[in-house]
Amino acid sequence: MFRDLLGLVLDLDLLDRYGWRFLDGVVVTAQLVAISFTLGGILGLGLGLARLSNNRALRWFAGAYIYFFRGSPLLAQLFLLYYGLGSLRPFWTDLGLWWFFREAWYCALLAFTLNTAAYQAEIFRGGIQAVPRGQREAAAALGMHDAITFVKVILPQAMIVALRPLGNELILMVKASAIASLVTIYDLMGVTKLAFSRSYNFELYLWAAVLYLLIVECIRRLWVLLERRLTRHLKSGDLVRPAHTGWLSRMTKSVLKPNT
Amino acid sequence: MQDIFSLLSFSDGGWGSALAAGTLVTLSLALTTLPVGICLGLAVALMARSRSPRVRAVATVFTTIFRGLPELLTLLIVYYGGQILIQRIMASMGYGGSIQINAFLAGVIAFGLVLAAFSSEVWVGALNTIAKGQYEAASALGLNKWLSFRLVVFPQLMRAALPGLSNNWLTLLKDTSLISTISLVDIMRQTNLAVGATKQPMVFYLTACFLYLLLSAGSGLVFSFLERRANRGHVRG
Repeated sequence: MFRDLLGLVLDLDLLDRYGWRFLDGVVVTAQLVAISFTLGGILGLGLGLARLSNNRALRWFAGAYIYFFRGSPLLAQLFLLYYGLGSLRPFWTDLGLWWFFREAWYCALLAFTLNTAAYQAEIFRGGIQAVPRGQREAAAALGMHDAITFVKVILPQAMIVALRPLGNELILMVKASAIASLVTIYDLMGVTKLAFSRSYNFELYLWAAVLYLLIVECIRRLWVLLERRLTRHLKSGDLVRPAHTGWLSRMTKSVLKPNT
Repeated sequence: MQDIFSLLSFSDGGWGSALAAGTLVTLSLALTTLPVGICLGLAVALMARSRSPRVRAVATVFTTIFRGLPELLTLLIVYYGGQILIQRIMASMGYGGSIQINAFLAGVIAFGLVLAAFSSEVWVGALNTIAKGQYEAASALGLNKWLSFRLVVFPQLMRAALPGLSNNWLTLLKDTSLISTISLVDIMRQTNLAVGATKQPMVFYLTACFLYLLLSAGSGLVFSFLERRANRGHVRG
């Protein structure tokens, strides 16, 4: 009964032959994105902090890194890592790292991690800069250590600002992961190309399109829920701001800005 | 070191002129796509603000699809799908031969659709910054719909839209590298050919990255000039 209904929209013969492979492809895509997005987040937070640090060399390095990875296509970066670094075989064998650069899977993970780290670094930097200075000063006045201030005061507020752009970046990563199919990885896109090259049935590309749209839509919905949950202490999704300004600040404002 | 320079030189045995030709192809593809995508994006943005719910739904479906699909998939769907579609149409008209769709055209269509979906968001945001009073004042001055758009709304619109559009352009520039997979000889494809011939992947892929960086830096200059120009009538505060 269910199969008959399915047969109205899909080619059942094709489904029997490639259905499970497509599911495998979705799993591979999910793994690729989940791992590189997480590792990229950790690296990106470090880079974002480096971008804001007082050390000029560190700031310059983070800036150059971010500029390089945001300014060139992911495709070129992936090829650079896979074919470029892969061509230095004797060097990696000496270091005992050849097993890593031999595998397209690890290279793709590395390329995606490095790429998303650059984008996430900018997101984190923006989030950290959006936290009002008074928060840091108040923490200092309470005698909190710098590291504790960052973890307990700055980061939670910065993350709320960063949440939405991070969701966008995750969706962009899902889309960008299709590029992995070009270095022999059978993610959703790779499976689709393989199946198409065997059957020459164009319907397969439409399956892939629907699956990608489903993945992206699920992430979007999930992110809305996450955001609602994490900002439930704020009024109508507003960012942190004083509940009501006191008479003193209102008066100083009106004194300082007589025009308004 | 000497080797690397001779590989990238413009003389015999060097790949300099090939890479320059590839850069021209990349640039001309991106520059052809830009007006297509941006105009279509503005049209979609106007549809998204339409009074009719059906028109708005069309705009939402369009942006959801082309923002959600991987660019590579969009490109392949347009390339292979377009080929199959044209072949069916020709077959129904009694022509049996096989037809190749032009890779450049497929790129312009596919990247144009993606750019339209992303730039429509920018246009919607920019249109929202224009106060209702501007339209009312324009009509009070007796300007018709087209004139009030061209003289009153558009200059203000560009000011608000340019930063977003410049992001869209940079994304487009990088996305065009995907066209190398359907064998149009752009920077990326030319680089692949060079790597195949010389077995020097490190040198050539790094060069390709820097060529794209150069293009982004150059467009950064152009956009900062345009933004200064768009802001010239605007006083802060």
